Amino acid sequence: MNHISYNNNITDLARRQFFGQAAGGIGTVALATLFNPQVARADKTKGTPGILEKTHFPQRAKRVISLFMHGGPSQVELFDYKPLLKELRGTELPPSVRGTQRLTGMTSKQKSLPISAPGQFTFKQYGQSGSWISDLMPNLAKVADDICFIKSLNTEAINHDPAVTLFQTGHQQPGRPSIGAWASYGIGSENADLPAFTVLISQGSAARPADPLYTRLWGTGFLPSNYQGVNFRSSGDPVLYLSNPPGIDSSTRRRMLDGLSQLNQKGYESFGDPEIKTRIAQFEMAYRMQSSVPELTDLSGETDQTFKMYGEESRKPGTFAANCLLARRLAERGTRFIQLYHRGWDQHYNLPSDIRLQAQDVDRACAGLISDLKQRGLLDETLIVWGGEFGRTVYSQGKLTATDYGRDHHGRCFTMWLAGGGIKPGISYGVTDDFSYNVAEKPVHVHDLNATILRCLGIEHKRLTFKFQGREFRLTDVHGVVVKEILS
Amino acid sequence: MTMFRHIMKIAPGILLLLYLANDSIAAGRMPEVVQFNRHIRPILTDKCLHCHGPDEKTREADLRLDDGQELILDRGGYHVVVAGKPQKSELFLRLTTDDADEQMPPVESEKQLTADEIKLIRLWIAQGAKFQKHWAFIPPRRPAIPEAKQSNWGQNEIDAFILARLEAEGLSPSPQASRETLIRRVSLDLTGLPPTLAELDAFLADDSPNAYEKVVDRLLDSERYGEHLARYWLDAARYADTNGFFVDSERSMWRWRNWVIEAFNNNMPFDQFTIEQLAGDLLPNATEEQLIATGFNRNHMTTRESGVIDEEYRVEYVVDRVKTTSTVWLGMSMGCARCHDHKYDPISQEEFYQLFAFFNSIKETGLKRTYGNSPPLLKILSPEYSARLNKTRIEVEKAKSKFSQLRPELEAAQAKWEKTVLEHLPEIPCNGMIEHFNMEKSPQAGKPELRKGLLGKAAQFDGDAAIEVESEIDFERTDSFSYGAWMKLTSGSPACLISKNDDVNSLRGFDVMIRKGKAVVHLIHKWNSDAIQVMTKSSITTGRWQHVMVTYDGSGKASGIHIYLDGKPQPLEVRHDTLRGSIKTIQPLRIGRRSSSAAFTGMIDEVRIYDRELTAKEVFQLASSQLLSAIVSIPEKRRSAKQKEILHKFFITEQASAKFKMAFSKLNNLREQLRNLESNIPTAMVMQELSKPRETFFLVRGQYNEQGRKVSVDVPASMSPMPENAPKNRLGLSKWLVHRSHPLTARVIVNRYWQHCFGTGIVKTVEDLGTQGEWPSHPDLLDWLAVEFMESGWDIKHIHRLIVTSATYRQTAKLRQTGKPDSRTSDPGNRLLARGPRFRMDAEVVRDNALAISGLLINQAGAASVKPYQPEGIWEAVSYDGNLTYEQDQGDSLYRRSLYTYWKRQSPPPGMLAFDAPTRETCTVRRPRTNTPLQALTLLNDTTYIEAARVLAQRMMTEPKLTTPNAQIHHAFRLAMARPPEPDEVNILLELYQKQLKEYQHNKQAAARLIAVGDSKPDQTLDVIKLAAWTTIASVILSMDETVTK
Repeated sequence: MNHISYNNNITDLARRQFFGQAAGGIGTVALATLFNPQVARADKTKGTPGILEKTHFPQRAKRVISLFMHGGPSQVELFDYKPLLKELRGTELPPSVRGTQRLTGMTSKQKSLPISAPGQFTFKQYGQSGSWISDLMPNLAKVADDICFIKSLNTEAINHDPAVTLFQTGHQQPGRPSIGAWASYGIGSENADLPAFTVLISQGSAARPADPLYTRLWGTGFLPSNYQGVNFRSSGDPVLYLSNPPGIDSSTRRRMLDGLSQLNQKGYESFGDPEIKTRIAQFEMAYRMQSSVPELTDLSGETDQTFKMYGEESRKPGTFAANCLLARRLAERGTRFIQLYHRGWDQHYNLPSDIRLQAQDVDRACAGLISDLKQRGLLDETLIVWGGEFGRTVYSQGKLTATDYGRDHHGRCFTMWLAGGGIKPGISYGVTDDFSYNVAEKPVHVHDLNATILRCLGIEHKRLTFKFQGREFRLTDVHGVVVKEILS
Repeated sequence: MTMFRHIMKIAPGILLLLYLANDSIAAGRMPEVVQFNRHIRPILTDKCLHCHGPDEKTREADLRLDDGQELILDRGGYHVVVAGKPQKSELFLRLTTDDADEQMPPVESEKQLTADEIKLIRLWIAQGAKFQKHWAFIPPRRPAIPEAKQSNWGQNEIDAFILARLEAEGLSPSPQASRETLIRRVSLDLTGLPPTLAELDAFLADDSPNAYEKVVDRLLDSERYGEHLARYWLDAARYADTNGFFVDSERSMWRWRNWVIEAFNNNMPFDQFTIEQLAGDLLPNATEEQLIATGFNRNHMTTRESGVIDEEYRVEYVVDRVKTTSTVWLGMSMGCARCHDHKYDPISQEEFYQLFAFFNSIKETGLKRTYGNSPPLLKILSPEYSARLNKTRIEVEKAKSKFSQLRPELEAAQAKWEKTVLEHLPEIPCNGMIEHFNMEKSPQAGKPELRKGLLGKAAQFDGDAAIEVESEIDFERTDSFSYGAWMKLTSGSPACLISKNDDVNSLRGFDVMIRKGKAVVHLIHKWNSDAIQVMTKSSITTGRWQHVMVTYDGSGKASGIHIYLDGKPQPLEVRHDTLRGSIKTIQPLRIGRRSSSAAFTGMIDEVRIYDRELTAKEVFQLASSQLLSAIVSIPEKRRSAKQKEILHKFFITEQASAKFKMAFSKLNNLREQLRNLESNIPTAMVMQELSKPRETFFLVRGQYNEQGRKVSVDVPASMSPMPENAPKNRLGLSKWLVHRSHPLTARVIVNRYWQHCFGTGIVKTVEDLGTQGEWPSHPDLLDWLAVEFMESGWDIKHIHRLIVTSATYRQTAKLRQTGKPDSRTSDPGNRLLARGPRFRMDAEVVRDNALAISGLLINQAGAASVKPYQPEGIWEAVSYDGNLTYEQDQGDSLYRRSLYTYWKRQSPPPGMLAFDAPTRETCTVRRPRTNTPLQALTLLNDTTYIEAARVLAQRMMTEPKLTTPNAQIHHAFRLAMARPPEPDEVNILLELYQKQLKEYQHNKQAAARLIAVGDSKPDQTLDVIKLAAWTTIASVILSMDETVTK
């Protein structure tokens, strides 16, 4: 686009206005653009700046890959080993353990709350760290020493919509920005040619229908909408409206954009409105995305060895494994926040058979992602977070039979794991009681986790705020304590 | 300026305004008169009020700095403020002391004041420390019209205020915009649509002095005006077509939307508009329309997530009403005061719950119990609907009496048939039957209990144990086979009837089960990537015997499976069809469960398995034969009513002569029609008070289950009191809001109309006029407009007319060519309005504009929402079980205005989201205005815009009198931008056109593909190659910044 001679005087003037007097602020031009303030900050960086001049702390992780297990995976079957349950199987959950906390409308009227042991699954300790992992996750067990387990996650939400909304936006009710939006608002992106915040969704294999997701989970709430997560789709255009329409090839597109650019430039000369400059740049950015996104999503250059690492399913677009592989490619290209959703973890019934299917979906792919990032030297600067919106009750929802049972939602304690940038590997943090029903030591609330994630990105969660309706809002609302003991 | 730098770090978006609003105190420069509200309050709010503000719980030293009385109190020998004497004022001393223990704010708070801020406070005290209540809580009075030096500029009072400020800043207004720009600008602002060429030409030709005013009047009278105004109101009212939480199912509130459109078109006074929406149900003899209006406060999200606690969500709905109502009318959210006293504004937590009490007595539940609209509901019986209902009722009666006339004859025939039927039972297929369990004794020793069933005994299942049978059966994907049984399901699902599968090995095998009330069949190698799943579209019936049979042809395809219920083939939905591998497993055949999951509760009888695909006829014979032998063998007197009914129905539908069949089916059809009509009477969600009001309690920390003391309805003390005769309910609340003495409502509303036309409100934070909101750019103008609004009788069109006929509005947005400094430099946000408004259109206008320019737009008002183009797969990715598909409309519905587009909150229309439309989950009164590559991609590639480009190209090729390329480009420019192109603009597009012509001459197929985009058919009379080339030109024109910018 160099053949157009820009009349830069006015832009420069405007730029001084925005970046001079308005010291540090990025002004409406850059505020208005998600990907490409190159027009505004061409000389400073290749990426997109955020609102923070510099991070509050040294950045331990440059980016986050969040592997969100939507529906609420059972900690009892996967990671929170409780030998006592075997003996107590079928007995009522003691009232002293159950306490007075509320149950969901699905089991609050259930007459009996029989303890259900994860008897079909075997726990063992793995690695130097000796972390307990069940045989549902045989591949993950091999990289146990890279992982930090938090056994004491907790949330007060007991249903999906409020719980997942709390997790992603720091508030149970809609209207707040999502964590990825906060991250890209705060510290922008390292790659101006790709969105700062991308979302990848996969459907789980469980037989039970998967619970719905909501656009708000990667929305911006009251932040400007350019910070919203861009959903990379597995069929059709990876990014909506990315492909040229039939009958317009890339040379025609180029010619059209050249004409458009010249016309818009004339508009700029007449109005002096810096928004026009930005629009010219955004059309060019769109054009670059038409090649950068397909290049990103094209897995044909990956080796057989790589596919093997993530599992053969990774060859099939839209699977969790394929999304993990894509996540690595996004990480390599400097995307700030990579949000995966794997649906189908809501095992109210038929838990043993369905959790097996869900675990198969993710086990090898998660292990593959950790190993792959590690071998490429990216694990140190990439934070991986795995877990769902809550855990599951130790008692059976519905009938406890010899082979079958279900579990209701349980927010009082559940397990998540983290790996990579900024996190101590090979540890387990927090302890639950013998029933995996209450936190016994070192509770970690959802807000604490979110504060810790931001901390790894170099952000003090209390200082990344946005004023709306008279109040300085932040991701962690008025809560959140960084879990310093898990920071490396 | 340091103070501003502090804010900048956190919210640069508001920076510009602060800078401008406080321009008189640029670094070091102090205002001559320091005003508390303008200069001091922002400092206190930002640095001090957290500990010394309205919130009692966080208040330190029992000191409140936002209260004029407290400031001058004698506090035992010292005063916080002594007017005129900074050195005796503790406030100033604490700010300047070196003693770290004394210093305020405390060092650790990181909220230190800047030197300039301290200087301001000193000056304020020195000048007399005059305290002011926050400006927005003082009722507006009509200010004097300022006198300007330049007396020849201006059309109305607005201009006097604008000009006075400009002159004070050393700026001057811009010249009037061209006529083309004016009519385009005002058409887009008042109707959301560009002018037509006829309208444009008429205006250009009209040399009367009031030509512009005539255009304004025409636009205000247009039906499109109400639609456009309604669109802003939909954001504020968080209107949508779905419920929002969890499964996000559909609701139907478009009648409320119609009400809003009509109210704007009829110029309903804003006070009435307010009262009817907030309290129409409480008006004496409320009309249907007034009840529909109350839907405003039913537009909030609702949930059907089965585990939710009812009261928790009911409270959320009431909170939403408080937040929305206060944001829309009071210009503040009140949301902060839900959990604690407001930190900055004088709103206590108690007052929050007093407002809450107004909305707390609705007859509603937190957990929605029904699909669609939830009570309280208004049934809306249009005259047409009533007539249809009555007609159908009469027809049912007629058919009933006709059928009962036939009854004696029918019963005789049935009796005769029953006598011989057992001897002539249809043949039960035996060929290929490799397993048969009649359940007279259990196939597996000791399991399960056998009870009286359909035919003799049946097996009883308790939701746990299953029958396991060692069987020879070992079907493969390539085998054809059939299996089924009689079942009587008691409760619960998923429930497996018959299986041979392995849960531990990716569910491999085959089964038939009941899931969510539907019969479902699986053939699985590896779930769910290598499997078939089909399910019936209709539901099974629990609590009665039903025959289920599955046949399969060995094709490995979902189409090879049939499911029969009671002998009748069922329409099926294919959910998975990817089976490639083996379905063999070493697991035993099971009755009543999968290998470990989906245990059956209820009875199962007569299990049969065949190693071939039964025909439809055979299945029918099997089912009917068994049914008949089961029922007819019971003596008539001992048959249950249900059994009698089944038998009777079977006889009529299968055995009786044609005249009986026809009479029966006619009656049935009519009954079905009537049932549908009765259950589908259109409704609207409305407000309705409980007969016995629900008590309201203070909720500790805002928690639904932590009730504190009882509170009753009232309004915040810091605002005007409720009018004396106003009832203490929503009606009283609404009258309070629009009372002449109310400080906020009129300001809030005119401020939003200002934002509508100029892009930014006089107070930029239109959602917050509280103490944390931004200082008005023209405080007196805001008050003048607010008073004018009230005194005009809350005349909305009057305010719009005032704004758009002002000289301020009519200025050009172009750069000044000569001499004087351009305000773009000193005022990039155009807050002072030394030039005309210019900003990118809102999402809906971007699309409607393209449709209008091309001529595709269908101007049909009102009615239910429509589904225009949307890329495939978007709903599936997020919906429950991935099973919701967007079903795009056809024909005119594709081209309706965007305010009629179906709004799914979980997945709003992507083309709208790209241009900053909100999700409509919560009240929105200010949209961001971003500029992103996703917008570029939408304009370039969305079917909506490609089709519009082709249809615009058709206009270019057919409408100009002389179809020279120059004239064609000229035509398109006037359609899109209302102005003719400059010569070099023509040249740019001509060059492109020539290149594209050449391109498509070489590749006619590409040309054909391009013009085929969209549902409308291309004009067959036009040359394909030229049309394609012009389509690319039109696409460029539709993508131009100027086209999408007002």
